Amino acid sequence: MKKIKTLTANTLKNTMKKGGCGECQTSCQSACKTSCTVGNQSCENANR
Amino acid sequence: MIHQYKNNGYNIVMDIASGSVHVVDDVVYDAIAMYEDHTKEEIMAALTPVYGAEEIEEALNEIQELIDQEMLFTEDEYQQYVTDFKKRKTVVKALCLHVAHDCNLACKYCFAEEGEYHGRRALMSLEVGKKALDFLIENSGNRVNLEVDFFGGEPLMNWDVVKELVAYGRSREAECNKKFRFTITTNGVLLNDEIMDFCNREMANVVLSLDGRPEVNDRMRPFRNGKGSYEVIVPKFQKFAKSRQGQYYVRGTFTHNNLDFASDVLHFADLGFDQISIEPVVSAPSEPYAIREEDLPQILAEYDRLAVEYIKRKKEGRGFNFFHFMIDLSQGPCVAKRLAGCGSGTEYLAVTPWGDFYPCHQFVGEEEFLLGNVYDGITNTEVRDEFKLCNVYAKDKCRNCFARFYCSGGCAANSYHFHGTITDAYDIGCEMQKKRIECAIMIKAALADQD
Repeated sequence: MKKIKTLTANTLKNTMKKGGCGECQTSCQSACKTSCTVGNQSCENANR
Repeated sequence: MIHQYKNNGYNIVMDIASGSVHVVDDVVYDAIAMYEDHTKEEIMAALTPVYGAEEIEEALNEIQELIDQEMLFTEDEYQQYVTDFKKRKTVVKALCLHVAHDCNLACKYCFAEEGEYHGRRALMSLEVGKKALDFLIENSGNRVNLEVDFFGGEPLMNWDVVKELVAYGRSREAECNKKFRFTITTNGVLLNDEIMDFCNREMANVVLSLDGRPEVNDRMRPFRNGKGSYEVIVPKFQKFAKSRQGQYYVRGTFTHNNLDFASDVLHFADLGFDQISIEPVVSAPSEPYAIREEDLPQILAEYDRLAVEYIKRKKEGRGFNFFHFMIDLSQGPCVAKRLAGCGSGTEYLAVTPWGDFYPCHQFVGEEEFLLGNVYDGITNTEVRDEFKLCNVYAKDKCRNCFARFYCSGGCAANSYHFHGTITDAYDIGCEMQKKRIECAIMIKAALADQD
């Protein structure tokens, strides 16, 4: 494609199958404590 | 749902439900803006005088290609999934241990009221701490990774208990098939070599509280005698950070008094810190340092200013991480994590020095949110269940917001403190959050441009 550059093509939909394992870090344990940010966290699902 | 915006010369198109992000040229950008409400003929008619027919044909073809690949105009099909997910049996996986409701600083914006949380000064006993870790192990189901943050007040004021709790947790890991991730949030006043060495062996992360430039820090983070804390703390934090191999954050709070907070972030970078977080203060609107709606234009512009400098320094090889500009576009969290909320009140609990449970550190001292204690477990299931069902779709303001997959519906405590309910949202916070997401994605575009 000439006019569109895709930064991420990941479809979140796919994560419904094996998601929700809960092994990733809790949002407020990282560095916030007063907001809620999950978009910057990494998945830690061993079976993804 | 599409969210599109222009920032720093980039045209960004986010397809919210799929998580896809695209950088597009002007033709595609304008065509996408019209796409849902106009026919192709109408788009052609409107844009041909600007770009010419051939360009628009090409743009429409590429747009169609992305739609076919489910990367544009996809539907949000997650509501039932997330609602069902939240109904599952709750496990606890993270505790915020308030090992000291006492502090050696007197920060003016402290939600813990100089460590006392509307209550009395107290230190957590080893017995209460052990009970809390036992509770965590017993209620964590088959989760392996358990998180314990030593928090306060100032946790170093109860350092011996911290050390003993770490040893106790480690002693139970193998038999229980658990792995503790200990973290600590400290103001640094009592930091010494022994503490740093211990933390480097045992703590997965350390959060170092400091606000930025000397005058900014000392105005809001004085000692109890009114003297500033910058001079005492900065050399310790610099030494500590150097020894941590990136596993730390120097974390500050900005207020109405320093709306030019990008200068504080850059000050941290200039001090040699490369893992940085600076967040807006959350306080009652009546406080003189509170962030007000009229501050927003300056704050949003400040994030833009920071983003441009952030890219510049990265490209020059002297980059740093800013917590709120970090975004994981490829290995990021699953949909369940993104929409289920922060976990407060269910998988994340705060524990007071005497062993009471609250939904999170920001609810400590609000008696109607007392959930139970380390001896009896969760007894207030009504409040627990309210948190359990709290997710993005339970919040009117979030349901159609583009940021919902990145902020997870925002902070329940902020919502409660501003609107009296955990299913609303703190509007000023939302505006800043949205800007940070836009900047974070623009930064990805700019850095991809370099590659």
